Amino acid sequence: MTGGQLEQRNVLPGFGLTMGLTLTWLSIIVLIPLAALFLKTSELSLTEFFGIIGSRRTLSALKLSFGLALAAAVINFIMGMIVVWALVRYDFPLRRLFDAIVDLPFALPTAVAGVALTALFAEKGWLGAPLAAIGIKVAFTPLGIFVAMIFIGIPFVVRTVEPVLADLEIEIEEAAVSLGATRWHVITKVIVPSLMPAMLTGFALAFARAVGEYGSVIFIAGNLPNVSEIAPLLIVIRLSEFRYADAAAIAVVMLVVSFLIIFAINRIQRWSLTRAMSR
Amino acid sequence: MTIEARNIVKQFGAFRALDDVDLRVEGGELVALLGPSGSGKTTLLRIIAGLDWPDAGEVLFNGESALERGAGERNVGFVFQHYALFRHMSVFENVAFGLRVQPRRLRRSEADIRKRVNDLLDLVQIDWLANRYPGQLSGGQRQRVALARALAIEPRILLLDEPFGALDAKVRKELRRWLRSLHDDIHVTSLFVTHDQEEALEVADRIVVMDKGKIEQIGTPEDVYDNPATAFVHGFIGESIMLPVEVGGGQVRFGPKVLDLESGGAASGPSRLFVRRHDMVLGPAGNGTLEGAVKRVRAFGPILRADVALPGGDGETMIEVDAPRDRALKPGDIVGLKPRRYRIFAAQA
Amino acid sequence: MSLATQPRALPPTLRAMADARTEPAAVRVLIIGLAVTFLTVFIFLPLLVVFSGALARGIGVYLAALAEPEAQSAIRLTVLVAAISVGINLVFGVIAAWAIAKFEFHGKTLLITLIDLPFSVSPVISGLIFVLLFGAQGVLGPWLMGHDVQIIFAVPGIALATTFVTFPFVARELIPLMQEQGTQEEEAALSLGASGLRTFFRVTLPNIKWGVLYGVLLCNARAMGEFGAVSVVSGHIRGETNTMPLLVEILYNEYQFVASFAVASLLALLALVTLVLKTALEGHLQGSRDHDH
Repeated sequence: MTGGQLEQRNVLPGFGLTMGLTLTWLSIIVLIPLAALFLKTSELSLTEFFGIIGSRRTLSALKLSFGLALAAAVINFIMGMIVVWALVRYDFPLRRLFDAIVDLPFALPTAVAGVALTALFAEKGWLGAPLAAIGIKVAFTPLGIFVAMIFIGIPFVVRTVEPVLADLEIEIEEAAVSLGATRWHVITKVIVPSLMPAMLTGFALAFARAVGEYGSVIFIAGNLPNVSEIAPLLIVIRLSEFRYADAAAIAVVMLVVSFLIIFAINRIQRWSLTRAMSR
Repeated sequence: MTIEARNIVKQFGAFRALDDVDLRVEGGELVALLGPSGSGKTTLLRIIAGLDWPDAGEVLFNGESALERGAGERNVGFVFQHYALFRHMSVFENVAFGLRVQPRRLRRSEADIRKRVNDLLDLVQIDWLANRYPGQLSGGQRQRVALARALAIEPRILLLDEPFGALDAKVRKELRRWLRSLHDDIHVTSLFVTHDQEEALEVADRIVVMDKGKIEQIGTPEDVYDNPATAFVHGFIGESIMLPVEVGGGQVRFGPKVLDLESGGAASGPSRLFVRRHDMVLGPAGNGTLEGAVKRVRAFGPILRADVALPGGDGETMIEVDAPRDRALKPGDIVGLKPRRYRIFAAQA
Repeated sequence: MSLATQPRALPPTLRAMADARTEPAAVRVLIIGLAVTFLTVFIFLPLLVVFSGALARGIGVYLAALAEPEAQSAIRLTVLVAAISVGINLVFGVIAAWAIAKFEFHGKTLLITLIDLPFSVSPVISGLIFVLLFGAQGVLGPWLMGHDVQIIFAVPGIALATTFVTFPFVARELIPLMQEQGTQEEEAALSLGASGLRTFFRVTLPNIKWGVLYGVLLCNARAMGEFGAVSVVSGHIRGETNTMPLLVEILYNEYQFVASFAVASLLALLALVTLVLKTALEGHLQGSRDHDH
């Protein structure tokens, strides 16, 4: 509210104390440990750094993590929209139960999700068996990683888009209809553009989450170097080999990309806000 | 383009929103649907637009049934109460929407669309806002965008739902004069819904007064004001004094007192006497149809307004009457009251 | 107005009514079918597999698996670590929310972004940074070794990594809530002569109690279930540094499926209880938002 200068007109007590404690805790728990990562990486020369990142195994792992995370986010983007549409616009048996269960991937520990998905999609599993019968092998292949990444990304698109669609006034659609729009036009020209900022935010969140995912993936992945070994697992392996600098270098790459995604999300949200609000 | 609604019935659960409504709007007219909330006026408007369907009855445009067509095929311009502008589109794109979604064989060229949109923005006097987004506009500006968007499809009929309802008092007044003059220019058959009698009286060629899903009266503003057809219209439009009276044997009684009034063909039984406040002439005691004691006097610009207690019926009935400023009225005075014009309606069951 | 799956039956002459405001029945059925299938395959079935796996050889084996000393020690450690992390983050969350929500200052957005940071860090990296800081080859490692302090591969490391991962939960719940509630009530209390602490406990805290509970609930669920970060710092010392999720992994890798799923089923129950409580709390939370307006 107060433009340029810091205006301390607040009569409430405790600003100095609480702010001091906040910054101290933030530094001890978050900032200093994160700084240690960059400190460790800075011990490497540029050649060493790119040697680590450019090695076949690292590159494969990064490609696998980012590529499959992107693909899973695309699936969640599409299926998330379908789920939101069904939950908000239609009524069907057990709708409320399905609505509540969408949050499960948030709440279920990733290790539990990992063993559950593996058991489900293993060759003798409930879904793995029929899939194997038609020649599709899911568990212990990159396809399994993809499945796990879809699982953990489901709530992001659904929960960001759902409230926006629910709040979209029915009059907007009526206006479009009375102007001669077909249902296809109403959806593609009016509803989807209105939801787009939320959809993109959900997409980016699902992507960011899937890139870094570890627990639910490693059980089902198979973890073959260059084939089904994700980047977070490679970090763990390098750590167990006491190659700390290697682990740190891979982590830095992943972290920087994650921050870029967060930055993009913020831009999307600011962009949609400026369009919706006065200047 | 004439609009006809015949025997329209619409039920929402146990609530009868429209009960056998008949209405005819002539080509080029500007008609107001006036009534309190819940009177069914918006439902009727939405049925004409094709946004709702009646349970029974017919809607005819120029004698042709409109119910067979969906909202998008009726060529009706609809202005929503809260405008329903597309927030992700600029003002220009909002207005262009109806032109861009036409089937390809009917769609105009891009150049034609630009010209038409610019002409419309000129017409509603917001050409300088073409590149803004709805979120950046004031209420009055949004209203103009909504109107331009509805007019873009060259509608045969223009329907407006509480077009000024969401605006503050000053803008509302300005905009309704402007709408009236705009209608005089473009002359498209128009129907608008309002709960504000002043708005209806000022803007409309004819007023349709509705209550509880029924049409109470259709007439020019003068008509409905001067010759209200029902007790509801008399009470709803203009300020009226209402007294519970009893009609019997050609006589009108207020409590025990027989009033020197014609029953005017009102049926025997409990009735209501309506008098416009300015038609109630205040005179000295003993010189009126009614008599009462002044309780309170207030100055209202050029007039005095007095609360007068009339003894009669069970206890007192308090009414508010006008008097010239130069009359020396004070609380406690006994005054006589004589209705210059009045109407008597049977009390509703 | 919600659009039901089936609109009212239409008079046959009014086919135009099935207009552009909803989809044809076939499309509606298709969309519902896709949504239900997707959620069933990816959410319901995995959940069912956990319980089915846990009870595969009967309730007796199931209970015996949970009574194993290893399982018992994992449960104890999980509860201990969650208690520490939730406690720290609760105190921090309330303090940070007070500073951020009740005062105006420069860099507020940056501060909120920094608090949210752990959400966007991969769990493995969350563990890694503590290894790099406190591990044998870490920045402070030699000094800690010299003073015989063990952080990594011990309970303090697990607690630290868990605290990092769950750092934003309470704060991010309270900041918007306290911002919406403004400062008027606190100012009124102060003007009536209440002390700062008294004002906080008698005025602020009752207003934010549902938000606090909500944050604690989510924080706890994540703290008990965290796997990646804890896995990196724990060292997997059986009976000592294994939390429940880590034990699930170890048992699974040793093909002790029933035991693995038994422990997993406890965590799945925790998740379900969390979801139920969360739904209940959301109602109250809506109340404490509306209350002010």
